[in-house]
Order: sequence, then C-alpha cells, then structure tokens
Amino acid sequence: MRPEQILDRALWLLEGKERRGDFMKLNVKNEEKGTLVSVTGRMDAVSSPEFEKELGRLIDEGNVNFIIDLTELDYISSSGLRSVLITAKKLKGKNGRILLASLQPVVKEVFEISGFSTIIPIYESVEDAMAAL
Amino acid sequence: MKSLKLAALIENLDQFISFVHKCSVECGFEGKKVMEIELAVEEALVNVFNYAYPGGEGQVEMRCALEEGKKFVIEIRDKGIPFDSLSRPDPDTTADIENREIGGLGIFFILKVADEVRYGRNDDTNVFTIVFLV
Repeated sequence: MRPEQILDRALWLLEGKERRGDFMKLNVKNEEKGTLVSVTGRMDAVSSPEFEKELGRLIDEGNVNFIIDLTELDYISSSGLRSVLITAKKLKGKNGRILLASLQPVVKEVFEISGFSTIIPIYESVEDAMAAL
Repeated sequence: MKSLKLAALIENLDQFISFVHKCSVECGFEGKKVMEIELAVEEALVNVFNYAYPGGEGQVEMRCALEEGKKFVIEIRDKGIPFDSLSRPDPDTTADIENREIGGLGIFFILKVADEVRYGRNDDTNVFTIVFLV
C-alpha cells in the first residue's frame, strides 16, 4: 500500500466510520509437497494485484506446486478470480499446479457461477488438497 | 436516499463498499446477501474506474434508496463516455484454462446476483441501476 493510502485509511478510522476489515494478508509456508499460501481477508480489485504479484514472485523463485488455503477468505470478486486465473495460466506453462482448499460458501458460489470451479481444482480441506498433490 | 460521490479511482473503492455495506445492513440485509450486494457494486464501480474516463479523471456517484419498502435500489452515476456494460457478450464459462479469457466477468456476476439491472443515459450521465429485493 502506498503511504498516502495508509494515511487515508488511518484518517477514515479516526473519523469513526465503519470499517469491515478488508485487508488481505498472505501467509506462505513451504511444505514437503508444495507451497501452502493462506489468504486472509478479501480479494477485491484493490488487493488482488498483491496476490498476483506475490504468487508471481514465488513462481519466479522456482515454486510450481501451490495449495491456496482459503479458510479465512471472506470475499472474492472478478478481480480475485482474474488473479487466480493468471497464476494458473503461468503455472500451466511450467507444468505446475494450483489447488484451492477450504472455500467459504460465498466464495465457492463465485467460483461456481463463473465456471472457474471446473478449471481450478477445489478441495474441502487443505489435507485433501495435499493428498491430491 | 443516501449518496456518496468521489473521484472514479480504485483507491476509493473501499469507501464505496463500506457505504453500500452500511446502507444494505440498514435495509435489513445480512450475511451472504450483503456480500452479493458488495460484489455487484464493486464490479459496477470497477467498470467505471476502468472505462468511463479514458485518459482522464472524473467522478462517480453512488445513490442508495429503499423504495416501496421492498426494493433496495443502487444507482451508479458517472459523466464519462457512454458505456453500456449490459451490451457486452457473456464470458465463456465453459472454457478451459488455456482458452479462458481474463476479463468479462464483472457484469456477468451483477446479473447473477441482482434482481434487476438497468443501464440508461441521461444527457451526459451514465446511470447504472442495480436492484435487490428485500
């Protein structure tokens, strides 16, 4: 986030306006079978580019198998799907894989409406996804 | 009717979403429905941010109102170039990874989650209306 954006958010908070906790946080863990990326918060038009950038960086470092843990992802828009698709296309080119795990109902619905659930594998849990890798 | 008018910049998305979140909760929506409302509004606003003012800047106004006690009506107004996002073709949701197009989903989502969607142009203003029934 740019400094002026941080300031903006701080002022917004101070003015007492309602905030919904919309930051996106990524937690990266190297597991034996691949890279586990846990996403917390929301993937919207503002935060999704960060996801895409971070995954791109991990791919450049040589990681090719990813499990994305979405247990704590509360919301995703088309921008989020776009970032996931771009990442999936990159990985396809490197014979890598991206698996999604533990989607909340509203996030799952977005994947299903868009048809993305048929092209990106989705698992009920991180354990199931690990087993599939 | 409540309204919020800001520059049509992605940096302002969050303020618009907070605004519509508050309005929808006040109208009695909760949980998944509020998320769907936020999704529709984000998609509509991102279209304005990306396409309304090519090469320049402008403003976008969002108005929310509860009509007849049962219709939550959201209007998104901008004075950008005429842009009817409803006239675009649907994305191919059956395409595989290689052939799947990157864009085109925004309006598709709005049409899926909202009860009514309308586009109109008044003089120099694009008016995009999204309705959710209470």
